[in-house]
Amino acid sequence: MFRSAPKPSHSTSSTVFGPGSGVAARALDVRKVYGEGDATVAALDGVSIDFAAGVFTAVMGPSGSGKSTLMHCMAALDTVSAGHVFIGDLELAGLGDKQLTKLRRDKIGFIFQAYNLVPTLTAQENIELPLSIAGRKPDRQWFDTVIDTVGLRDRLDHRPNQLSGGQQQRVACARALVTRPDVVFADEPTGNLDSAAGAEVLAFLRRSVDDHRQTVIMVTHDPVAASYTDRVVFLADGKVVDELSNPTADDVLEEMKVLSARSIAGTSTGG
Amino acid sequence: MFKVTWHNLVARKLRLALSAFAIVLGVAFVAGSFIFTDALGRAFDGIVKGTTADVEVLPEGAGQADSFGTDARTIPAPLVEELRQLSEAEKVVGTDQVQGVFVISKEGELIGGNGPPGLAFNYNEMTAITGDPILTVADGELPSTRDQVALDVDTATKAGYDIGDEVTLVTPGDPPTMKAELTGLVRFGSEGGLVGATLTIFDDQVIKDLFFEGKDVYTNISLTAAEGVSQVQLRDAVKEVLPQGLEALTGDDFAADQQEIIGTILGFINTFLLVFAAVALIVGTFLIINTFSILVAQRSRELALLRAMGASKKQVNRAVLTEALVVSLVGSTVGLGMGYLLAIGLRALFGFIGLDLGAADMPVELRTVLLSYAVGVIVTLVAAYLPARRASRIAPVQAMRDDVALPETSLRRRFLVGAVMVAVGVALMVTGFAGSGGRGLLLIGLGMLSILIGVALMAPMLGRPIVQALGVVYRRLFGTVGNLATENTLRNPRRTAATSSALMIGLTLVALMSILGQSAKVSTDKAIEESLTAELIVSNATGQFFSTAYADSIRELDGVDSVTAFRQAGAKLGNSQVFLQAVEPESLGSALQLPVDGGSLEAFDDQSVFVSSTRAKSSDLAVGDSVKLTFPAGPTEFDVAGIFPVGGAVAGDFLLTLEGLERSGIKPEDSLLFITKKPGADEAVVRSQIEEVLADNPTVTLKNQQEFADEQKDLINRVLYIIYALLGLAIIIAILGITNTLALSVIERTREVGLLRAIGVSRWQLRRMVGLESIAISVLGALLGVVMGIAFGIAMQRAIADQGIDVLSIPWLQLGIFVVLAALAGVLAALLPARRAAKLNVLEAITTE
Repeated sequence: MFRSAPKPSHSTSSTVFGPGSGVAARALDVRKVYGEGDATVAALDGVSIDFAAGVFTAVMGPSGSGKSTLMHCMAALDTVSAGHVFIGDLELAGLGDKQLTKLRRDKIGFIFQAYNLVPTLTAQENIELPLSIAGRKPDRQWFDTVIDTVGLRDRLDHRPNQLSGGQQQRVACARALVTRPDVVFADEPTGNLDSAAGAEVLAFLRRSVDDHRQTVIMVTHDPVAASYTDRVVFLADGKVVDELSNPTADDVLEEMKVLSARSIAGTSTGG
Repeated sequence: MFKVTWHNLVARKLRLALSAFAIVLGVAFVAGSFIFTDALGRAFDGIVKGTTADVEVLPEGAGQADSFGTDARTIPAPLVEELRQLSEAEKVVGTDQVQGVFVISKEGELIGGNGPPGLAFNYNEMTAITGDPILTVADGELPSTRDQVALDVDTATKAGYDIGDEVTLVTPGDPPTMKAELTGLVRFGSEGGLVGATLTIFDDQVIKDLFFEGKDVYTNISLTAAEGVSQVQLRDAVKEVLPQGLEALTGDDFAADQQEIIGTILGFINTFLLVFAAVALIVGTFLIINTFSILVAQRSRELALLRAMGASKKQVNRAVLTEALVVSLVGSTVGLGMGYLLAIGLRALFGFIGLDLGAADMPVELRTVLLSYAVGVIVTLVAAYLPARRASRIAPVQAMRDDVALPETSLRRRFLVGAVMVAVGVALMVTGFAGSGGRGLLLIGLGMLSILIGVALMAPMLGRPIVQALGVVYRRLFGTVGNLATENTLRNPRRTAATSSALMIGLTLVALMSILGQSAKVSTDKAIEESLTAELIVSNATGQFFSTAYADSIRELDGVDSVTAFRQAGAKLGNSQVFLQAVEPESLGSALQLPVDGGSLEAFDDQSVFVSSTRAKSSDLAVGDSVKLTFPAGPTEFDVAGIFPVGGAVAGDFLLTLEGLERSGIKPEDSLLFITKKPGADEAVVRSQIEEVLADNPTVTLKNQQEFADEQKDLINRVLYIIYALLGLAIIIAILGITNTLALSVIERTREVGLLRAIGVSRWQLRRMVGLESIAISVLGALLGVVMGIAFGIAMQRAIADQGIDVLSIPWLQLGIFVVLAALAGVLAALLPARRAAKLNVLEAITTE
């Protein structure tokens, strides 16, 4: 598989403040604490990480490692307890609900594990939703490109309940990409799909990175899914513990085994 | 199983609170109606008992006197002395009671007078059956000269008079207004006050001079029994010495007769209020059905799980019904409390039209409590039955499925059932129109109900094109948000339809009333314009009679050509109460053109009557027939001289001559004067001359034709406003229903809301989305309601066209305003659910299960 994206260094942190060139999203010493007093639990315990533009990154880790929390904080769905989060060159801290809404609408694409689509809208309306709520017309050419890439042209008038699970996730992918966001966050996008449908979705995400220089950050626990990415970041106990470049499914599986063993042996945290 | 139910109740308290609210309002209306009429009943009871002595002597038949038309008969005063000779009597007092004496306040305004009587007595020391004196002097002294009066404490306070002030009075005698010095204040014997009636006390001789032409007579004589003598013994003793034409009644019998008359009127008020309570309950039923349906739908997976774990259908059914029972008990209890407050509100509303209960007690009878609970529990259980049955039909396997769908009847079947109900309703209405009296009205009411429920059942299909049409507007104006709102409105047609239908019922009735009201107003205009020839009219806006002295004075004026006096009275024809008008045949023609359907005005004299076309039909009377009308003084025979059509200027069943009415024992008091001016006389001059005559009396006013028509229309408006106010409660319930449905929908769509927010829908857009859905629901309900109201309005107007409302007029602008108001109500209804949706935490919403 051709990889055009620059390869990040094998480091667990970055010390550069502010946006660096080619960084689509960045976490800087991010902490996320739940609870109060003695019951405090750190879901993220000083995570610093850069997500380069045009790279397909997987975030992995055992349950409770903080990978979902990291994604929620990066994607402006949750706030951090300390540290800094950047999308492009914009820091999220201090943004009000209006600005966050605009950010999610214009700069971020989302693909969730399930229930990605508004059931009352057709596939096409769902895809165009982020644009139409902003009062913008879709760029015809880009729209066509996206539709053709996900291969849904003959399904555009269908409602979600008339589509298979794989088709629904592809519509969700198309919707995430239609605004040409700075970064696409995918939360277990293949978690509810069989392997064939999952492969289609992953191939589509891969293509969007290769052909259109999109940035995709995907949380997954599936080593096969991770093997589609350029880089895998491993979290455990709220910290970045390791990462792999150009991973294969076997590499990832191996790493996961080590991590879960450690996690079982050590203390577990929520997240 | 009960544990599960209990847990559900606690966990869903907000949602249940909303549906309980429907029960609260419905029950409150029922309880309030009863508490209020009980309070009225008690107050009147107090007056009756407080003014009745052990034995009352009256002209024969006067005890069953009708509510209007004053009995002219009296009792010679020397009878009092004769009765005092009886050893059975401890005390004998003669009373002169005059109705129509009103107090004018310091500011020149009428006190009371909007229904409750203005009473005047001579002061006497009568003791009532309650053992209390009828009057006690609270302050000052009793009047002793022609220029002195005493007032009851409440009236004096309201009018702003202190002892020593000069009081202005309106009287039915000559002069029609008088001024007198206030010498003292009296307190009326019974508790609960006078229910808005005013009391003026004159000296014994003065009242005879003023209102009984100086004759030494009384209107009734009250006797108190001596120690150890019963009412019956005293009555029998009195009967021995009583001359012809008088009767003696025991206090208990007399009070019972009076209470029966009052009871009939209170029964009307109660029925009137209960009709609105029924409307509120029917609307509430829709809300309860809808709430439980949604709750069951949202819990279907949990219910399926219960079934999978081995709960029987019966247990699931019972779990839902138990939940409903608890909700209904809580709702009924709160409703009872609210009913008490509502009764106080009704007291204020009725106080507005002059029925002043003051600070009378609001009695909560056991009957009211039982009825409130019965109504609340039965309505809730009936309403929850359908959703409960549906819940029990959930298959256990559904627990394993992702999207649980409740078994639902097809929309087609619903539509057909609805169509059948509409057909049945139409048949009932047609039968009702053909019938008469209470049974006819009941059939018409049931027919309307059946049609409304039928339309509610058809509403999921009827409403679709309306919502889609609205959607076109929404999409054009609000783009994607409009589209989302439209689709949300359409996604659950049953829910939308049931919610709209509740509003539809309220608006149907409002639209119906506004059409009937408008038609009545236009018909009034037409009747006045077509038949009235008099240029000026003297009338009393509140329907009280006034002194005949006015007609005599006005007749003397320079510019006045003719004065035609109308009088009114009630009488009985067989068992039915009839309404009479009386006029001088000679001057009738100068006041108005009376169209005649049969017979001739030539033959109209004190031995004959004209009968209205409707009464002629219902009582089977024709020209030349003889008719016996029963007055307090006894029956009088008349010949039918002619028939007049209803809808002209003359209302009522019979038209008599003034002499005919006097011959029947009714005291001469005018209700209307029609005046024509001399040709060439300046209207402004004539007007000011007449106004001078009427000065000092705010109850009687001069109008031209237009003003007279406006006064009539004002009366119609006042009735309409009261009805709107009472229907308002049903509409409030319906609007709460919209809030409820939206709130439940927002909860149900939490994840979808989270998704929308995640992909960039702003809080504001989300609020707008919920708001637009709410407006769509309310506009749908309003449109269906207005259409139904127009249909009913046309049908009703046609059916009663021969009873005076002969012109159909549909107030389009007003109906349009109702729809706009409904849309605004929709905005209000959406406020809380929209806020809730907008405030959802995005992350929690997406990750919610």
